[in-house]
Amino acid sequence: MLYARLITMRLMKAIVVLFLIIIFNFFLIHMAPGDPAAILAGEAGATDKEFLRQLRERFGLDQPIYVQLWHYVSGIATLDFGYSYRQQMPVLDLILQRLPATLLLTGTAFVLSLALGILAGSLAAARVKKVSGSLIMALALLFYATPLFWVALMAVVLFSVYLDWLPAYGMYTVGAGLEGFALVLDVAKHLILPATTLALFFMAIYTRITRASMLEASQQDYVKTARAKGLKDRVIQRRHILRNALLPIITLAGLQAGQMVGGAILTETVFAWPGIGRLMYEALMQRDYNLLLGIFFFSAALVIVFNIVTDLVYRLADPRIKEAS
Amino acid sequence: MKKSLASAVAACSLVTLPALAEPQAGGVVDTVIQPEPPGLVLGMIQNAPTRTVAGNIYEGLLRYDTDLNPMPQLAESWEVSDDGLTYTFHLRKGVKWHDGEPFTSADVVFSADVFHRELNPSARAVLQHIESIEAPDDHTVVFTLAEPFGPFLISFEAGTFTMVPKHIYEGTDFRNNEANNHPIGTGPFKFANWDRGTVIELVKNEDYYEDGLPYLDGINWHIIPDGASRAVAYENGTVDVLPYGTVENFDVPRLVEMDNSCVTQEGHEYFSPFAMLWMNNREGPTADKRFRQAVMYAMNRDFARDVLWNGLGEVPLSAFGSNARFQNEGLDPYEHDPDKARELLDEMGYDGEEIRLLPLPYGETWNRWAEAVQQNLKEVGINVRTEATDVGGWNQRLGDWDYDLAFTYLYQYGDPALGISRTYISSNIEKGSPWNNVEGYENERVDELFDLAATAHPDEKREEHYHNVQEILHEDVPVGWLLELGFPTIYRCNVKNLVTSGVGVNDGFKDAWIED
Repeated sequence: MLYARLITMRLMKAIVVLFLIIIFNFFLIHMAPGDPAAILAGEAGATDKEFLRQLRERFGLDQPIYVQLWHYVSGIATLDFGYSYRQQMPVLDLILQRLPATLLLTGTAFVLSLALGILAGSLAAARVKKVSGSLIMALALLFYATPLFWVALMAVVLFSVYLDWLPAYGMYTVGAGLEGFALVLDVAKHLILPATTLALFFMAIYTRITRASMLEASQQDYVKTARAKGLKDRVIQRRHILRNALLPIITLAGLQAGQMVGGAILTETVFAWPGIGRLMYEALMQRDYNLLLGIFFFSAALVIVFNIVTDLVYRLADPRIKEAS
Repeated sequence: MKKSLASAVAACSLVTLPALAEPQAGGVVDTVIQPEPPGLVLGMIQNAPTRTVAGNIYEGLLRYDTDLNPMPQLAESWEVSDDGLTYTFHLRKGVKWHDGEPFTSADVVFSADVFHRELNPSARAVLQHIESIEAPDDHTVVFTLAEPFGPFLISFEAGTFTMVPKHIYEGTDFRNNEANNHPIGTGPFKFANWDRGTVIELVKNEDYYEDGLPYLDGINWHIIPDGASRAVAYENGTVDVLPYGTVENFDVPRLVEMDNSCVTQEGHEYFSPFAMLWMNNREGPTADKRFRQAVMYAMNRDFARDVLWNGLGEVPLSAFGSNARFQNEGLDPYEHDPDKARELLDEMGYDGEEIRLLPLPYGETWNRWAEAVQQNLKEVGINVRTEATDVGGWNQRLGDWDYDLAFTYLYQYGDPALGISRTYISSNIEKGSPWNNVEGYENERVDELFDLAATAHPDEKREEHYHNVQEILHEDVPVGWLLELGFPTIYRCNVKNLVTSGVGVNDGFKDAWIED
């Protein structure tokens, strides 16, 4: 019951926040120089003003900005995200088309970075004064500091060009006509490089956070008690230290999960992964207002949802939070 | 030693000419398209990637060889009346649309008179000279002009006057027609599938009306947004053909030097992109003719071609490029001459006022080019500041005339009346577009000469007017003439006959075949 009320409250807040985000984004985008009609005309090399006039009229860009805002907001209220100027398709279709690819990529990267990051962090915490522990931390620092696009390019050069182990780009082999399990395998092969590249950065952060917060937890009195009871080191690490060190990791995981829709622009571009990030970048360059706003909306909604989820997970991980609220 | 790309281009074209081996049927070509086109209905959409992909699906009445002479396509023959007013086209018989319906003169009339008149700005520019379009029978179309229009016969290329099916579009809202997702043309390839963000697949049109063509079973246009990744796709063999503009210029020599890699700059003769430097004729130092001449003398255009463009392209003499007709070859070229530039600047009393330079936001080559020009201008004492923008910002700045110098490039379309006069005539000055007379040049005599030349008949008369107008423009320098661009098409040498026309980048796959 308590959860139900909490969720309802949070959802109502979320709707207000979303509404404000829509309005803010709308003005932000319209403040950028240039408009989609001019860009489309430019691409067509069109010189006559009739062409521009037709475009502006069709997109409603000839109307005052508050009218345009009203059209947009009232459309959203009925879940109508409008029409993409450039792609000539409903925005919702475009986003839904690209969403699975992005979720597959970012979801894989999320699981990968979380699992490996916590593992590496715990290992590093357990071997705090050993060479192996320092090595893990050095690697984590390296991945944390290296720009993502560079890692991506180098991975392509190494694994695709020199070793020829993995495909360099795309989501499946074009023209191979694969089906069933063969297709799954093919997609998995294409997924390895982009997902790993994307995971590295967050993996490094999880490693560092896990280690730091486990080291802190290991100084606590209950750990000493556990040791005094004669519990095995492994059990103490897992049950007493790691569990108590989880909260900052959950916070971070919530943040990463919130970025799942829009957070992979670079990776998607370098690896030609047909996802939302690329769509967003192209929409920005084209001043494709409706499409861009639609993607912003989905990103914002996802961040809000994961904030709520994170809150709930906190309560599961640490029941004291529930009592405090 | 580094092999010069220009010589590689020459060598490759020498190799392709005598290759008269028997063409083999079969095989699929993998290539790339950048950026992803917004749609594939040619005529409704005119941007470059749409033209490149859909040029294989749709056709025009005529095709053009690399010297821009008309060749038969959907029209098998044509006649022009002596007064230059009546053009009669005889259509090929037995041509079918991809859905099986017959192609007839009614489709031609509908395409030109209804479809393009409503949607297509480049066709509209030609249509305004036409008095009537009639179809006396199913396989004849007669265009009657109000007055002679010199470039009329060169306007029937697939991207300008695309033939679209009347039975699908008549009476519908063209832009929202369901069929737009599955384009129907008469061309050698049919649309098969478009997985957005990944690939556009075209397959062979088994019922194509030219015997034995096409040889290829299909074309896959891969969509790879990153230039470096496109280069990798060619290097590791996933992609066989890199069309113009798909890799950065600095990657080109490396890719061309690979084994079994060929390059050509043919297939651009029709569009013949002409890089120019807008100079604001309205205000500031650029309003002074002597300043603009100084800029021409200050720039080292050969350097830009040799270093930034790998030696491809031609440094233009003046306002008319080498692929445009009626070039006046008697003009004195603007050689790289910094001393002369300084002299001119002294004479006009240039006081070091800051000049804003806008590069073209189309990739690294253009940024480097802007740096090179900036350095050239600084050498003669011009105080230049480069202001980078993205495409949207660039459009707006030029449309608002908010610049001093700016890079651009424009297509020449095979005739001065289509591709060149638009930059200089005063009736084409209008705020809000970066593609008209953006520099604000006004000269009544120039307007008059361009007008006369477009409608004079026959060609000798046109030539006289065009030679005169070039002399005035050459002296006034309304814009800077940088380079007729040579875009390389890079391909595996065993892909034969890839470029066979002056629009070859867009309709090339029709004759192409793969050697085992």
